[in-house]
Amino acid sequence: MSYEEPLVFERSRPGRRGVDLPPLDVPEVDAEALLGDALRTEPATLPELSEPDVVRHFTRLSTWNAAVDLGLYPLGSCTMKYNPKLNEQIARFPGLALAHPHAPVEEVQGLLELMFELENLLATVSGMARVSLQPAAGAQGELAGVMMIRAYHESRGDTRRRKVLIPDSAHGTNPASAALNGYDVVAVPSGDDGLLHPEAVEAAMTDEIAALMVTNPNTLGLFETHIARISEIVHSGGGMVYGDGANLNALLGLSRPGDMGIDVMHFNLHKTFSTPHGGGGPGAGPVGVVDALVPFLPVPVVERTEAGAYRWDENRPQTIGRMHGNHGNVGMMVRAYAYILSLGADGLRRCAEMAVLNANYLLERLREHYHVPFPGTVMHECVLSDRGLADTGITTLDVAKRLIDHGYHPPTIYFPLIVAGALMIEPTESEDREGLDRFADTMIEIAREAHDDPEALRHAPERTRLTRLDETRAARKPILRWQPPDAS
Amino acid sequence: MRYIPHTDDDIREMLAVVGQPDVDALFHVIPEELRFKGVLDVPSGQSELEVQKRLGELAAANTQSGGDAWFLGAGTYAHFVPSAVDALISRAEITTSYTPYQPEISQGTLQTIFEWQTMMASLTGLEVANASMYDGASATAEAALMAMRVTRRERILVSDGVHPHTLHVLATYLGGLGARIDALPLGDDGRTAGAVVADDVACVIVQQPNFLGCIEELGAFGETVHAAGALLVATVGEALSLPLLRPPGDWGADIVCGEAQSFGVPVGFGGPHLGFLAARMKHVRQLPGRLVGETVDARGKRGFVLTLSTREQHIRRERATSNICTNQGLCLTMATIYLSLMGKAGLREVALQNLAKAEYAKRKLQEAGLELPFSAPTFNEFVVRVPDTPSAALARAREAKVTGGLDLTRFRPQLGPAVLVCATELCSREGIDRLAAALSGAPA
Repeated sequence: MSYEEPLVFERSRPGRRGVDLPPLDVPEVDAEALLGDALRTEPATLPELSEPDVVRHFTRLSTWNAAVDLGLYPLGSCTMKYNPKLNEQIARFPGLALAHPHAPVEEVQGLLELMFELENLLATVSGMARVSLQPAAGAQGELAGVMMIRAYHESRGDTRRRKVLIPDSAHGTNPASAALNGYDVVAVPSGDDGLLHPEAVEAAMTDEIAALMVTNPNTLGLFETHIARISEIVHSGGGMVYGDGANLNALLGLSRPGDMGIDVMHFNLHKTFSTPHGGGGPGAGPVGVVDALVPFLPVPVVERTEAGAYRWDENRPQTIGRMHGNHGNVGMMVRAYAYILSLGADGLRRCAEMAVLNANYLLERLREHYHVPFPGTVMHECVLSDRGLADTGITTLDVAKRLIDHGYHPPTIYFPLIVAGALMIEPTESEDREGLDRFADTMIEIAREAHDDPEALRHAPERTRLTRLDETRAARKPILRWQPPDAS
Repeated sequence: MRYIPHTDDDIREMLAVVGQPDVDALFHVIPEELRFKGVLDVPSGQSELEVQKRLGELAAANTQSGGDAWFLGAGTYAHFVPSAVDALISRAEITTSYTPYQPEISQGTLQTIFEWQTMMASLTGLEVANASMYDGASATAEAALMAMRVTRRERILVSDGVHPHTLHVLATYLGGLGARIDALPLGDDGRTAGAVVADDVACVIVQQPNFLGCIEELGAFGETVHAAGALLVATVGEALSLPLLRPPGDWGADIVCGEAQSFGVPVGFGGPHLGFLAARMKHVRQLPGRLVGETVDARGKRGFVLTLSTREQHIRRERATSNICTNQGLCLTMATIYLSLMGKAGLREVALQNLAKAEYAKRKLQEAGLELPFSAPTFNEFVVRVPDTPSAALARAREAKVTGGLDLTRFRPQLGPAVLVCATELCSREGIDRLAAALSGAPA
């Protein structure tokens, strides 16, 4: 069934209420006398609705979303894997969901223990010395990592380093995080094989370079085979190596960033460890470091006392400071911890293996129907392009929109930037073979359609409530909030 | 392996298609010396029941916030959350969807964000609000960065009434940029004393209500700040004050940011919470984070898309307005549902109940002989001096099964033995009476 659903404000009827409160058991107060000038006189633009109105409104809205629980969501680099229901149930245990961040430590020992153990598990998986759980998202973890690198250099009196090397295949957050901490960004070109080459890094390496930021496997789905040598080059030039952990999914139990010469990295708990993405967040971006960077970790960190109790440690003189108002996105830590306990060492490894098998299987099935810009085995995601469709006039955008008509969320499109018309597919390990075959068959059908009936693709999607949306118009004359009809 | 579907047959057949003899061979691209040879030092996988038990044990070792006699706030507030909020956000289409990159199949998320933007613009008294930030502290840091971009200046004046953790995050964010942060002291009444604003100041940041619970006279700042060409940033620690207090935008604030956890988001040990950021339309291109805009589809029907994305890191890379990528979508959805259920009248009523409970608590504490050091009006939180030490007073409270508030010794030693007390709609008259008895040391 397809619904029309107005804005929540348009459903509003004066006098309706969705909540009632117990009667006040203390004397009422005269807000005007207490607050004077500071009292609000005009009510905010909020709707007036009954509970059923609100429930129907948001239930109907929800039916217009694609979701992992509805089917394959192969967004490359976003790792939309299945989100276990157990984790959702656990995260709602009142002892976890309702603990207060300022409660005395003796009253929150369970959560401190969980955080302490999660830190150790993440350090083990990555080969890092220590991990701070505080950053609220991968991009905030990147920022924390870059800050630690700066603090490290400055602690040694090495203040010339003003630049950060970033491969041209990197996520946009890498250069943005470096710039947000005052660094200039120097792009390093990838080779024709899609990999970063030692010579390119060597050529760019100077005593002004603070760090290289690298994603491995990279955003083309390829393992950076020269990573160890590249790390050596950066280290011998006095720089640090930052590892973007977005694609850690592919390495669990098989290879550890710490063994590749990575000095600092972030984890995306929502990607690698299955915490749900909630329509755009919250994520969580813990950051792991080697010994040399431990003194600079954000505060507070959890320590275990000799007596076996847990406590906060804020007294760390060289810390970069605090990244979060409290202790980070703890609710995501709870889910990630439950996931790691559920899988165990074998399960984590199996995860990476099946993610990689699925990506290679899909690539193999699509190889003859779409252009594959780089040869060879991929890790957990693969990149195709629309080059083979050039004579049809059909673009990656058309293919993506047609996938919607077939009930699929499209892959990531037009990223990485170094592949024109890129389609970046990440099936994840939670998809079964039949599901992959159905998706591959659909992709092949669309490629055929591009040649036989391109018009149909240009108008896709047609089976959705809305057809293609005019994004140019939205940007040119931005309407960013609802206004009552009588307001001019 | 309950989350991974592959059978041995599947694996064999898929490997045959890929042309590899076994799973290990898939990893031949990883150089031998970079292969992890051992087994991770991670316990063996556990059944659902075992994990449930383990997490149950960990949960049992924590105190829960909320209830009749909970008076601890300080930036994270226990409030009543209607049942419909969790029921709705548990829907998989809300929980397990991603950033709405493909608008045709993300209208649920997009319309919800548009509704949130509308509510927050109105609550803050500004023209545009974004699709959320990580938390109130990072939102405040991003507001300072935004003011620096708008004014091209590098000095920030920050009130001492700003939450110490927010101040700490601000210092961390600005640390690498050569910005200078100067403090504005609080006056005797608990409010920020007036500011002298030099012409190198990018913005003045004032928290409303401030960390000590006092309601600031924002109007006193507006003119001085603007005359110097700086921006006024109001950071809101307790969003539930917004329906009751004159919106900061009306007082001349150019950016209003803060923490909206109070709008239906669980206390959650401090996160995930819900940062927000609102501004004037003329500064929209310097506003960090995602924005949703209204448009039409090919058939002319109204719909919503992510817009003005050219400010963002996935397009502008190192020239982006910020590096923020994910937001707090699920928390934003909770808050939008909460605000829809509360509505115009309900939200104001909850706010009034908070005010009334806090005023009653102030009176009872004074009647018990305790001093309230500040004369400024407050919303639901205030400072009280205790007769001996905060730790002794709070221990007495614990004895009486009362969570008495925040010991201010660490944050404000100059106040003497002081406790920050928060009273919300959840606490009862009887709980407040017990609090007064416990903190004063009087028999209950």
